[in-house]
This record gives sequence, structure tokens and C-alpha cells, in this order.
Amino acid sequence: MTMSPQAQEALKVFTQAAGWEQRARLLMQWGERLEPLGDEQKVEANRVYGCESVVWLVAERQGEHWHFKAASDARMIRGLLALLLVRVQGLESQALRELDLNAWFEQLGLGRQLSPSRSNGLNAVLKRMSELA
Amino acid sequence: MFHASPWRSDFPAIAALQHQQQTYLDSAATTQKPHALIDAIGQYYAQGAANVHRAQHLPGSLATRAFEASREKVAQWLNASSPEQIVFTHGATSALNLLAYGLAEQFQPGDELVISAAEHHANLLPWQQLAKRRGLSLRVLPLEASGVVDLQAAAQIIGPRTRVLAVSQLSNVFGAWQPLSPLLALARAQGAITVVDGAQGVVHGRHDVEHMQCDFYVFSSHKLYGPDGVGVLYGRREALQKLAHWQFGGEMVHQADYQSASFHPAPLGHEAGTPPIASVIGLGATLDYLSGLDAKAVAEHEAALHAQLLAGLRARSGVQLLGAPQVALASFVVEGVHNADLAHLLTDQGVAVRAGHHCAMPLMKHLGLSGAIRVSLGLYNDSGDLQRFFDALDKSLEILV
Repeated sequence: MTMSPQAQEALKVFTQAAGWEQRARLLMQWGERLEPLGDEQKVEANRVYGCESVVWLVAERQGEHWHFKAASDARMIRGLLALLLVRVQGLESQALRELDLNAWFEQLGLGRQLSPSRSNGLNAVLKRMSELA
Repeated sequence: MFHASPWRSDFPAIAALQHQQQTYLDSAATTQKPHALIDAIGQYYAQGAANVHRAQHLPGSLATRAFEASREKVAQWLNASSPEQIVFTHGATSALNLLAYGLAEQFQPGDELVISAAEHHANLLPWQQLAKRRGLSLRVLPLEASGVVDLQAAAQIIGPRTRVLAVSQLSNVFGAWQPLSPLLALARAQGAITVVDGAQGVVHGRHDVEHMQCDFYVFSSHKLYGPDGVGVLYGRREALQKLAHWQFGGEMVHQADYQSASFHPAPLGHEAGTPPIASVIGLGATLDYLSGLDAKAVAEHEAALHAQLLAGLRARSGVQLLGAPQVALASFVVEGVHNADLAHLLTDQGVAVRAGHHCAMPLMKHLGLSGAIRVSLGLYNDSGDLQRFFDALDKSLEILV
């Protein structure tokens, strides 16, 4: 499936990262790239539960394409959200449904973040995204 | 000073985890298991499983004997006067639910149930939901800054309407012993039923339920180096008589007809269905193992490691301890650092600690925290484990701050 230039960039830097420490620093950097969420969007309806941190996910439909915004009060999850969004941004519903996001995080070397124990909540975000789209 | 654990090699998983570069510091969630237990469960399954209290055949009789021997060992461990006072449940949570359902008929609308603000969800939600079902009122004892119940406030709240006092012995968040003796006395003076959640407390030191003078004492096997799937409910004889049957089926029945039935008294009457036989036998083996240890040496080792943990945390700037931990564990937050971020980086470095709300959401909200990191110790931990934790903590903070 075709990847946005940003997703290709993410794949490149994360697969080249040497070890957990560099990956952690990269995650924090990528987290800073998240498009900010307005206070009016940080509402209960947009809250994703199942995370140890507070996470919001907003899905907007622009014609056939989905546009997502996300925020969190924790930095590592912000980085994970940013990596998620670069992969799904602008996709159509059909493409979104067919996308294997687990494989995406595996490719990035972040497969552990999808462990079934719910500690970091990325699973909860993916579940919410599939409900929205 | 390096404190080695002479019992470390009794727990094969510790070496296995170390092979996977994992340092296990989450024993307050569940513990690793001794060889003695693993062997006992293996033997039970390898030599012939059978249901208990049912069949006449030899395997059934052997299984029943081993199962009932565990009941005796638990009674001895708690200094209960009779094994008939020991009910096996499927965990501490299910024991507390048994109480909240089995005692329900004792209460009238307007009666009060009292818990502390530090309770684990397992000792909060069954009472909260009972209060909703029966129109009772749930009163919450406030805490001092150290994490222990404020006794002056407790003396005001525990009153003539109090029907139940249910408190934990040792907080899973603060690592602080609750002042059980004066608290239980306040409740007894009002004729209230007293319930002690010993899930954390039972793991540290020996506790005498007769001396404690509580009506009920609850713990779970898996936190006490035993198998999961088993909980224990101890009850004073008179208290057990108040407990109505809750779950039905299996050998808890005495006589059954299509339209009516009668049931056994405690303990069997509260053990509906097939019990977790292998796990109960395994718990017996764990208690044999623990009984064979030098209790004083264990207590000294745990105290020395705990002191080392507290000293290390206090030495780091920005680290704030929750309450005043006395034993077993310490929870903390770091100023300006999200506990989820810290947990993420500790996990990256193979340090297994617990992050989040510790099954005590109302308590965390009360403390104004979104969560905390908890480091908890078992008798197999040593100073090397703490050193790896502190190295990982420093590295994490270097990245995050």
C-alpha cells in the first residue's frame, strides 16, 4: 500500500535507530509534530479510555478522506500517536480498513507497544480509530 | 551494602527472567513461584488428577486428602483454631464479593458500611455495589498524609449505624500498615462486622487472626508465592454462621429437589462447583516452603532492601514518595514527568515495575495524581535488582527531564 512521504521518513529513521534510547528520543521528537488540538476538541466524546495517560482522538471526514488529530499528556504516547497518524492521514475508509497497523508498528521496531496488556493504550487508540472510520 | 537473597535460587523464574534481561520488581501485583509449588502441581497432574469430595475411588480420595491438608496448612498459617474456618475461593476479590453478597441480608436501608480511602478496588466495589443494591450508605475513612487511616476521624465516622468495617491491612499503594487494632476495636464496640483485606499484609510477616479479633480475613494465594486462582476467606465461627450461601452447584449442596435444596455449612457450603484443586494443593506446598524459612531472616532481608529502595528514591531530586512506606513497596512520582513516560522507558530497559492507578482510582484522584510508579519487593529480590532499577531510572530521567 502506498505510503505518504512522512510515513516513509518515519520508517527510515526508526529502522535506522540504534537501540531503545535513540528510539525513545525519536519518539519524543515525533510527538512534537502533532497538530495541536483545540480545547473545544479535548472533550469527553473524544477521550480514548484504556490508556494510562489521557488521550484524545478526533476524526474528521474531508470528502472521501479521513483526517485525524490526536493528543496526549504523555510524551511517549504522543510520539506513537504521531507515527500512527502519518500512516493513516488522508486515507479513504476502504484503505484504512485494509491497513495492517500492527504490521506498521512492527516495521518501525515498536511492536512491543501493541502488547495486549493495556498499559500504554495504543491498542485502545487503534480500536477507537476502527470504530470511527 | 549488597544484600543478597539466600532464597533467590528457590524461584526458578528469577533466573529465567534475568536471561530475558528482566528485573522483576512487581511482586505486589503477583509473585514468582518456588520450586516446591511447581513440583507439587506437576506431581498432582502427573500422578492422577481427580475431583474432590465426590468420588469413592482412590485418585479422588488422594486428591481430597491433599486438598484438605492444604486447608489445615492455611489454618495453621493464620493461627485459625480450625480448618473449618477456612473457605477456598477463586481469589481475594471473589472472597470479598462472597462477603458482600452473603452478608447482604444482615443489613437494612440506612445502615452504614465503612471502608478506608486507601482501599483497592476489590475491597471498595463489592461494598459500593452492595450499598447501591440495599440502600445502604458507604462511608469512607480519610487518611493521614502518611497513608494510614486518620483514627480521630474514624472515631467520628464509625458509629451506631456502622454494620461493616472493611479495611486493608497493608496498603498496596503506600506500603503502610493500617492501625488495625484500634480500628477494629472501634467497629467491635458498635457491634459491626469486621473484614480485613490481607492481600498485601499476609505476604509480610505472620499474622494471627485470633489475635487480630477480626470477623473475616481475606487473602489471595498468588501474592503469597502461591498459584493464582485461589483465594482464602477466614471467618470467625459466629461470623461464618451469618454468611448466607451465595453461589450454588457442586458439592456445596446437602439435599436437592427440583423445587428446593439445603446446603452444607462453611467451608464446603461456600465452595460451589469444582474448586481450583491443583492450585489449592500448590498453595499447601508453598506454605510448607515458607514455613521452613527463617522468618526473622526474611523480615530482616525485606527491611534492608526496603530501606535501600527508600534511600535511593529519596536521594534523587524531583522524586516524591506517596505517603510514608513502611514495608515491601514504594510508590512515587517525579515532578514534571508523566508516570506513563517513565514506565515506558523503564520497560524499554527491562525493569518490571507497575505504573498507573494501582486499582485504586478514587485514591489517585483524591491525591490529585494521574498515576504513580510502584516498585515492590519479594523475598527473592536483592540489591542488584535495585541497582538495575536505579540505573534505569537515572537513564530515563536523563532522557525525559
